[in-house]
Amino acid sequence: MLLKELTELNGVSGNEDEVRAYIKTRALEYADEIKVDPLGNLIVFKKGSSPEYKVMLSAHMDEVGFIVTGHGEDGTVKFKPVGGIDERILLGKKVVVGQKRIPGVIGCKPVHLQTNEEKSNNVKLKSMYIDVGAESKKDVEKLAPLGEVIAFQSKYTEMGEECIKAKALDDRVGCAVLMEMLKGTYSFDLYACFTVQEEVGLRGAEVAAYGVNADIAIVVEGTTCSDVPGVEKYEYSTELGGGAALTIMDRTSYADKKLVDYIYNLAKQHNIAIQFKQTTTGGNDAGKIQLSRSGIKVASISVPCRYIHSPVSVMSKNDFGSVRDIVQCVLNEFSKDQKIIHNIKFGGDVNV
Amino acid sequence: MFDLVKKLTGAFGVSGNEEEIRDVIAAEIRPKVDEIKVDALGNLIAVKKGTGKKIMLAAHMDEIGIMATYIDDKGFIRFSNIGGISQYYALGQRVRFKNGTIGSVFYEEKLDDMKNLKLSKMYLDIGAKSKDEAEKKVKIGDTACFVGEALMQGDMLVSKALDDRSGCAVLVKVIQNMPLTENEVYFVFTVQEELGLRGAKTAAYQIKPDIAIAVDVTLTGDTPESNVMEVKCGFGPAIKIKDNSVISHPEVKRLLENSAKELNIPYQFEILEKGGTDAGAIHITAGGVPSGAISIPCRYVHSPVEMVNINDLENSVNLLMKVIVK
Amino acid sequence: MDCISLIKQLSTYPAISGNEKNLSQFIKQLFQEYCDTVEVDQFYNVKGIMRGENSNAKKVMITAHMDEIGFLVKSIDERGFIKFANIGGIDSRILLAQEVVIHGKKDIIGVIGAKPPHLLTVEEVKKAVSKDELSIDTGMKAEEVKKYISVGDIITLMSEPVALNEYRLSSKSLDNKAGVVALLGIMKELSVLKHQSDIYFVATTQEETELTGAITTAYKIQPDIAIVVDVCHGDMPEAPKDEIYTLGKGPSVGVGPILHSKLSKKIIDIAKEQGIPYQIDVEPGDTGTEAWATQVSRNGIPTALISIPLRYMHTAVETIDIRDINNTARLIARFVAIKEEELEGVLCF
Repeated sequence: MLLKELTELNGVSGNEDEVRAYIKTRALEYADEIKVDPLGNLIVFKKGSSPEYKVMLSAHMDEVGFIVTGHGEDGTVKFKPVGGIDERILLGKKVVVGQKRIPGVIGCKPVHLQTNEEKSNNVKLKSMYIDVGAESKKDVEKLAPLGEVIAFQSKYTEMGEECIKAKALDDRVGCAVLMEMLKGTYSFDLYACFTVQEEVGLRGAEVAAYGVNADIAIVVEGTTCSDVPGVEKYEYSTELGGGAALTIMDRTSYADKKLVDYIYNLAKQHNIAIQFKQTTTGGNDAGKIQLSRSGIKVASISVPCRYIHSPVSVMSKNDFGSVRDIVQCVLNEFSKDQKIIHNIKFGGDVNV
Repeated sequence: MFDLVKKLTGAFGVSGNEEEIRDVIAAEIRPKVDEIKVDALGNLIAVKKGTGKKIMLAAHMDEIGIMATYIDDKGFIRFSNIGGISQYYALGQRVRFKNGTIGSVFYEEKLDDMKNLKLSKMYLDIGAKSKDEAEKKVKIGDTACFVGEALMQGDMLVSKALDDRSGCAVLVKVIQNMPLTENEVYFVFTVQEELGLRGAKTAAYQIKPDIAIAVDVTLTGDTPESNVMEVKCGFGPAIKIKDNSVISHPEVKRLLENSAKELNIPYQFEILEKGGTDAGAIHITAGGVPSGAISIPCRYVHSPVEMVNINDLENSVNLLMKVIVK
Repeated sequence: MDCISLIKQLSTYPAISGNEKNLSQFIKQLFQEYCDTVEVDQFYNVKGIMRGENSNAKKVMITAHMDEIGFLVKSIDERGFIKFANIGGIDSRILLAQEVVIHGKKDIIGVIGAKPPHLLTVEEVKKAVSKDELSIDTGMKAEEVKKYISVGDIITLMSEPVALNEYRLSSKSLDNKAGVVALLGIMKELSVLKHQSDIYFVATTQEETELTGAITTAYKIQPDIAIVVDVCHGDMPEAPKDEIYTLGKGPSVGVGPILHSKLSKKIIDIAKEQGIPYQIDVEPGDTGTEAWATQVSRNGIPTALISIPLRYMHTAVETIDIRDINNTARLIARFVAIKEEELEGVLCF
């Protein structure tokens, strides 16, 4: 299972080696050229049969995690988050440290020993620690040296009829979709970019977009899904099971309206479930790609993921299928008629 | 000038949705420029060809607004801000969608303290009785701008979107009265400035000018109990020294100051402690472009009752006409 | 020239972000002693190149920013008191009773006063003062002030460098004059070391505001590797332990997601080999330095960050240990002198 294997790899931002190696091996047979750029982005090039335009697909390989920042005299590990993490979810979670995957747990004072005031307040990350079983500072410095990255430990699990629970669905789902797309043949030049360091500021995509200099780009993401109890309907960003989520605007980009309309209408025509992401918060690689060089037309298509950036992200297999299908559908249409790319890029009618 | 400003502020152009304002500006300037094009993000770039220095002048044509994000069963619309919309400025205002639909902005009455007012507790009422009826007029993702028609009282102009249609008007006037020059001048009407100086960045990358000057509005310190700031309406164009996006290049600042002195027009210096302008994005693009800005003093920025002095606009035109022939 | 007199000289040029022109001319002269070519670009970045032995040499760029924090004159009131705007991040609380220099038509000394304690309410005694409550007093009448000073003039903290005990030095703007001095130290080391790569030394501008110098420099030079030299927080009582580094225990080498991990590791290995003291600075995201901008220039640049521990950052009494500057220079010089073959190995994924 591709998603199982991808989500069980570790690739905390800046340390995407495992994911890169995995994808690289499997992309070899479909690629005309594979390149790793100076920051570590994996760029898989597939030459078109009669290329007039360059299409960039982008998904990030990295995931949120932690980094070792210090050691306690008692052998515990002090840490800080890499990427945006809600510190409330951390108490009592399992993690693995470094490439050797040294197991550790995020400890906390048992409820019995807490004062009433402590009980009613959230524990701050500053006062949390990881226990890797070391007995002294000297021990722990060897097991978990300064700067070592730490990933969530979480098994890929299927739940209910159509759901999956895993860590790092953001954005291994995108990586999986891109890998599927590489199997097709297209008339245009395809650059599948597996980017690094998205979670720490969209770093990889900025340079990948500069290097590829595409005519059009589509970002495939795992996005927030807030259709849970306690949230008003108008605050839902996306709905689980509602299909592929198209971004209109977020904090980092305003998707190209023509491209968005085209994708939406195409999905409707092919009976692929599709929804708009209804909130304008958050951001992704599209922000940097859109502003690369002279500007690039971009859209984001995402799989809704509940409890994103946690070890227990939940998504629907059907939504994943919808994202895969619509991306495939768009590529097929572009491939049949590259004039569509031209018209999106330079202005002109694009009808489904 | 007033007629032009009225026409430009009246056009629709919420960030990311600049089609209408772009067409209006293009119609005004097309006969007077050598080349005109729209780039990937939607910037309108007009060129007056030449063999001398490459000068880029930029004014953003987008305006702040709101975007419909959810329509409830009764036809009320929830929205998100596009650019810096204050919940207090928005309360009780009318907004207009591109198709003309008007919405009244109000808030959930249960709110106990006005201090806690947030845009997420506010909604639009377009008079629809059901979701279906509302959806006939407004779709998720549609944007709307403030209603606030331009008027003139004495020498003060009042309107929505003077930020930065007043800058656009200045550029249009310069084009319409283009002085003879060897220099190659790029007039760029940028997009998505209110979302983070986006259009200016990609425009500057394409043009790679030798020097760039943005024309935008700035805050003033001339209203009752205002923050300390030397800029006043009616005291001439303000030459930017710094804002949160840029410290103007000393040579550009000098060029503007010397030109103003030669023309003997009033000018002032601007130090803005919040907010940025297109110059900030241009300054650091493609290896760097020495950049500065002419700022039009504007009261009540990002409200439907923005105010500028018409003489400041005229003098900004004069100043730019002098600068581009240097 | 010894460290203290060098820093004294560098400090005589007011160089708040965006106003580095005069300082850049002085630094140009300093660079000329060691570099094959030196130029000042239109943003006043000073770029010096020491050519390597290889004909098709790699480009290694080492940057340190030369600008300092300070203020601009924002307005002058009817009694001659001056209101100011910050350039760079400054804690208003340190400004009470601070001497400053206003660089108008001539240099004018001013003090930032405070309301006398007798008149403070209980509330005011507790609460941190805000910048808007502060004014600069030049002792001159408004008319006279306006003769010499206008809106936009720059203001610097006034502070002469002073040696503390044996190895320590305290001054304003050691952030990042210490880094600039380290660049000169690297040049000196390299003048007797062989190196294959071309080394580009850049004293950059406007780091404290928009990283303008780093952004424009990285784009123009397009180096294969970049090393940023800046300062990090020195050890102080009550500061969080994982964010401070001990003065005198060597430069701190940055590790973290945006810094190239193999590059950082190589630098640490060299420090171990050469017996140069070092510390490790864990950076979970934005480093707050030029490395942030440099890394994503064009196709991406593998970037390392080396920091000199410094106490009391952004005050008039920033304090460093000069041994840390020397060790920074030694470490970086040894690193950039490694064979290009070896460098290739470091850069490949």
